[in-house]
Formats: sequence, structure tokens, C-alpha cells
Amino acid sequence: MGKVSTFTIDGVKCMAGEGSYIVDAARQNNIYIPTLCDVQGVPPKGACRTCTVRVNGKLMTSCTSRVHDGMEIENNVPELNDLRKSIIEMLFVEGNHLCPTCEKSGNCELQALAYRYAITVPRYPFLFPRRNIDFTHPRIIKDHNRCILCKRCIRVIKDKDGKNIFAFLNRGFKTRIYVDPDLAENLTEELAQKAVDICPVGAIIKRGQGFETPIGRRKYDKHPIGSELEE
Amino acid sequence: MEQSVSSILDTYQRDPTQLMDILIDIQSEAGYISDQAIEQAALGLNISKADVEQTRSFYHFFSKKPRGKYSIYLNTSVVACMMGRDTVARTFEHETGIPFNSVTRDGLIGLFETSCIGMSDQEPAAIINDRIFPNLTPFRAKELIRDIKAGKTMDELIVEGFGDGQNSNKDIRAIINNNIRKIGPVLSPDYKPGKVIREILPKMTPGQVIDEVKNSNLRGRGGAGFPTGMKWELCRQTESSEKYIFCNADEGEPGTFKDRVILTERPKLLLEGMVIAAYATGASHGILYMRHEYKYLKKYLENLIQGAHKRKFLGKDIAGIKGFDFDIRIQLGAGSYVCGEESALIESAEGKRGEPRDRPPFPVEKGYLNQPTVVNNVETFCAAVKVLLNGGNWYRSFGTKDSTGTKVLSISGDCRNPGIYEVEWGFSVNDMCEMAGADDLQAVQVGGPSGSLIGPGDFDRILCYADLSTGGSLILFNHTRDLLQDVVLNFTSFFIDESCGSCSTCRIMPVLLRNKLNKILNARGMNSDIVDMVNWAKVLKASRCGLGQTAANPIVSSILNFKHLYDQRIRGGTHYDMGFDLNRAIQEAGTATGRFPLME
Repeated sequence: MGKVSTFTIDGVKCMAGEGSYIVDAARQNNIYIPTLCDVQGVPPKGACRTCTVRVNGKLMTSCTSRVHDGMEIENNVPELNDLRKSIIEMLFVEGNHLCPTCEKSGNCELQALAYRYAITVPRYPFLFPRRNIDFTHPRIIKDHNRCILCKRCIRVIKDKDGKNIFAFLNRGFKTRIYVDPDLAENLTEELAQKAVDICPVGAIIKRGQGFETPIGRRKYDKHPIGSELEE
Repeated sequence: MEQSVSSILDTYQRDPTQLMDILIDIQSEAGYISDQAIEQAALGLNISKADVEQTRSFYHFFSKKPRGKYSIYLNTSVVACMMGRDTVARTFEHETGIPFNSVTRDGLIGLFETSCIGMSDQEPAAIINDRIFPNLTPFRAKELIRDIKAGKTMDELIVEGFGDGQNSNKDIRAIINNNIRKIGPVLSPDYKPGKVIREILPKMTPGQVIDEVKNSNLRGRGGAGFPTGMKWELCRQTESSEKYIFCNADEGEPGTFKDRVILTERPKLLLEGMVIAAYATGASHGILYMRHEYKYLKKYLENLIQGAHKRKFLGKDIAGIKGFDFDIRIQLGAGSYVCGEESALIESAEGKRGEPRDRPPFPVEKGYLNQPTVVNNVETFCAAVKVLLNGGNWYRSFGTKDSTGTKVLSISGDCRNPGIYEVEWGFSVNDMCEMAGADDLQAVQVGGPSGSLIGPGDFDRILCYADLSTGGSLILFNHTRDLLQDVVLNFTSFFIDESCGSCSTCRIMPVLLRNKLNKILNARGMNSDIVDMVNWAKVLKASRCGLGQTAANPIVSSILNFKHLYDQRIRGGTHYDMGFDLNRAIQEAGTATGRFPLME
């Protein structure tokens, strides 16, 4: 084992391997920092900004910033919690998220965070964008209505030569996920499942399969998000 | 086209990091980038179509559909609109018979909109097939369309004669004018190109060069103001066999155009500055990243680079210093404001989407191709040459204590003398207005949309890093301007168009804010809408880069300094939310059924 850094999160003394990302370091100390785009073990991208913490008065994403000795991290404070809540609310109004009919309901991280932050109605008006559902691929369905552009599929799913299957198309508010038609055609069963599992919301779903686990018995139906660390 | 895509790929050694150049060449040769060309490029570069598409779709000047034999890109910037852009646009539409964002049926003319093109001192301006047509009038627009339809060539379209200075150079031949109104120590023509390289560098160690720049207290002139000497030192300290010097000539901040003038009139000064930076840091490659809008300068600059090689200012063992090798190439952008952010600029130069990187690591540690990289603004390099020529102490004799030296300002808008002014830091806004020939001003936008909108009460404030920091853009507004409709809304839309879309905050919040602003402009606003905008905007501070963090500045700074303009639009301080429009909400259903309710 390498060197260890000591630091504090909300005044609580913590230790973790030198150079770990703050979010991982917090987890090792049983402190939960909410994330959406982060995937453990995959290079981070800081896309959703949900994991924003404050160090020396400066906001930074804990999935992309590393701990160092003596760092004083603010995490569970009203201002940051409201910032996170507002980000979750923004993601809800940006797309068309109809939880009751969504295959991912109960396994959805966005929904789980909305419960965590007790969001009943977003403070922002819904934008109701017109988005497509892409049924053209043999193994997966890409529902752009539910996509939060977290880039998980882009970063995690590559073909056997390391080529990108998923990519960002356009920019700004018009950004959406592009699915390479040729590579999606040849997507293996295993990779397709991985893409479905990695998606934090119900934007990538398996063709011809659904609701295998009944609603009510799903992951976050049983244990609220973050509770595994906070018990 | 198949043949030419293949030869374009060969030109760039089938190197995927050269994807920008490849797509630029395909676009310029075929007028668009077809699915077939994308497929061919993916195959030739051994990457997926997704990889090509993500870059292709990011940039404004890449298109999947033909954009016309003559593609007209008319500027939509604030200043263009102030100077009569809309009547020019209507004339273009009328004469061609098509609306903007479309191409005539015969494929001859395409009409498109584009963000600020760096011509704010001669608006309205348009780019037609990579050439700039400034000072457009409805008459001139009519003439242009008539001549294009008559089959005239690009050269024949020009009736204005060429502009001043090097704009008439055979490699440029542009109608543009420099409008240099005030020259200071940096832009001074009293300069012998290559003197520092030949006579000063050989006598100094790289460490001494860095010390001199540090002593001058020179800070980055792009707007962020990072100390230049420290940046060079950090790069020098990072061990690597390959290091890069980037010149950021992507000036996209609406209202700025100083770098265009420097690139035209003082390019040798800039190149010399890059050589100095290379010597100080130990870099052997230089890249001049230039915005696509300035493509008309490319040939001219490439010839100068070649000339510098001949005169041994570039190449091997420069100035006889053993092992000091350095070359410079030009990298064009393809229409994206965010690429002016240094890490986005590097991503773009690697052939990718111009999305800013998470930092740290900073470019000085891991930049271009993960090697240590210095990115400096055009003006910063120029100032560095003068620092070495005359010494850091000399440079510090200009400006203020924390903001030493001079700043080249781009002044535009409601004044008699728009153009370039090199002034010492510490200049007050009042003096600046008088200098440019402006009176009766309602407001000044300092530092472009990402800066702040200030009123006469603040005109005694001074330009410096500690007070009003600016990359150089100053836009003046007189009392005839509707600040909210003409300025704040335009700037907010600009940020929406130019967001890279990577951070949730900057992708979504400006859209929500624009909707609110429109609600107020449509006389449906209430007091709480103003409060909401200020509160909501705070979430943008969690964005990764400066674009996202400042995207609400037009709205927030106008609420701060021009609250009365908002209050005037609010209906009698009402607390009743007029945001819901029943008539509009039932429009679709009413049309479908042919029945509308009777309303009072």
C-alpha cells in the first residue's frame, strides 16, 4: 500500500490512499457523496456536477479531484445539498422523465436521488423537449427522453478494438447520445447488458425484455441510495 | 469525392489527431461532410463512425448537408444587430427567396447565422466562402446576391477595394480595415523582427528568460490573467522530451477583434514571442490555434512561418543555440467559442470535441497529447518580446502595480471611432469613452458577455485585474438601445449556442434563464421571476469552465446594475403569475376541433 493522506470531511477526520479521488476516499470512510455520472474504476468526467463539494471556498467535483494531506472538504452542508438538489431538478426538467412507466423505476439513480432530496415538484418549469426513442438497434433501445448525458455509456462501452460505440452528438442543449449503427449492430449480448446496467437512468434498455423484477422489489425500493454507507 | 477523401486522409498521414484538419478539408472541398465521407474517414483512420461524428457535429462550420456553392454566414452578434444586421438579413432572404438556415433549391446560395466573427468595428459583416464582407448594407446585400446569381467569382464580388495595412497583402486581399487608433509600447512599429532571437536569447539561459518575464509581472492577456512567467516556469519544471507552445488565436468573445489586427499587422512579433516561450520552457513544437473565421489569414501566416524558417528564426539550432529546435504550425478551429478555453483548445487541436478538461492536471503538466503545454494569448506573446527587448523593469513602468504594462482594447458599439487602442492598465472607463468618441452612453459591456454590464455610475472604475478585468472587449451602448432585449437576450442566447453540453449546469440553466427573461420581455413577468433568476444562476458556479461559470453574467450583472429596466417590464409589481397563457395552451386543441372558448 502506498502513502496515506489524512483530511477532513465536514470536520470528520478521514484517511485514504494518497491521490484517491475525493468521492472514493469518502466512500472508504463511510461517507456518502451523491454521484450520477461517476463509475468506480473508470476515468471520471465530471459531467453531472452532482458530487460538487467545497474546498477552501472553491467548488469542485469530488469525482475528478484528488485528496491531499490536510484537505478540509465540505460535503453535507445546506448550501451544497441545495446545489445538488437543484442539479437533480434541472435534469428532471431537461428531459421527459415519467417514472411510473419507466422500466428502470426503482433501479434508477436519478429517481433515487430525487427521493433522497425529497423533491416533490422541481423549482424549474418543465421544458418538455421533443425527443426520439431509437428502436433501430437489434439488442438495445435508446430512449433519448430519459437520457441525462452522463457519458457513462461513452466511457465504459467500447468494442473489442477499443472504438467508441456511444458518443456525444451536437453540443449544448442540443447534445444527445449517438449510437454507432454498425457497432451497435454487432453488439454482443454481454456488452448490451453492460450498457443497460451502466446507464443510471432508463435511457438504454434491453430489447424484448422488461420488468423482470417487479416494481417494489427493486434496488432502491429496498434501500435508499447512499444508505449502504450511512447505516 | 471518394478519391479526394482518400487523398485528404493521406495528406494528414491517416492520423486521427488531425481529424479537425481532415474535416475542414472535406467540408471546404465538397461543401459538406456526407455520411459516405464520414464512413470513409472512420475506416481510413481506424476509428468508429461515432468518433468522427462526435467531432463533426460539435463545430458550427461542419455540416452534413450541402451549404451552397456560396455559403453566406451573417454575424448575429450584439454589435452586428446594433449596426443594422436585421435589415441586411431580411434583404438576403428577400433576394434569395429562402429563410436563414437553408440553401436555395439550385444549391447556389446558403444563408446561415454565426456568432461574433471578430469584426465588431465594421459591422454588419458576413463570411462568404471564407472571405469577410464587412460594413454590409441592404444595398450591398442586394448587389452581392445579384452578382452571385450572375455567376461572378469570389474575386469579382469584391467592389470595395482592399483594406489598410497588410489587409491588401497579396496573400490576404481582404476588404477589412485594421482601425488601429492608438499604438503603445507593445504594438509600436518601432521593432526589428528577430532581434530578441538573434541578439538576446543566445546571451540568456532559459531560467533568466523566465526570471525577466516574472520580473515584468506580465499576466495572461486572454482575460484570465494567470502570471505568464509562472506558467512558463511550471512547464519548464515538468520533465518531458516533448513540450508544446500553443498560441490561442481563437478570440471568440463577442466584441473582441484585437488578435485579428495583431495577426494581420504584427505577426512576426507574435511568432517571435512563441520562439521565446519555446526557449524558456524547452518546447520544440508550436501550434498557432486560429479560429476558423480568420481562415483568410492562413496563407499569409504560413508564408511568414516559412520565411522565418529561411531566416533561421525557426527550425534547427535557432540563433546558433545548439539543440534549440522549434517549429510552428497553424491549426484552424471550426466555429466554437468554448475552444478559447485552453484545455478545450487542446482537445480540439487533438481532433476531438472542444470540451474543457477537468483540472488538475493543468496543461503545463499534461496538455497536448498529454505532454507539458503552454497556452498563451496572442497579445501575451507579443508583450513578452517587448519585455525581453527592454527589460521587465521597463515594462513595469507602465500600468498599475498589480496590472503592469498595457492592454490592447477592442472598442465597438455606439462611438465615433471603433477600433483597436493600446492603453496602459489603470485606464478609466470614462477616459475610454471619451477616447473612442462616445457620449450620452447608457452602458458599457466590459470584457464581453462573460464580463459585466455597467452603467454611468461605474464609469470612474478602472481597467485592471483587480477592478474591471477584461480580455479587451468593450462594447458601448447609447440610450437608444434596449439593453434587455438587444443585449442581455442576445448574450444569453450566445452562451446557449456555444455551451459544449458536457456539464449539466451550463447545458440546462442558461435555457431556463432565457425562458424567464423572455417571460419578462413578453410582459408576463413578476417580481419573483427576477429573484428566481438571481438564485437559479448560482448553480452555474459549479460548472467546469469559465464559459459555464459566467453564462449567467449578462442576466445577473444587468439585474445588479440595471434593475429598473426589469422593474419597468414587470406588471405593476404584480404577485399574480401571468406565465400561463390559456389561449396559447389550448391553441392546438382548438385548431384541431375548430372550437375556441369565448373569452372576455
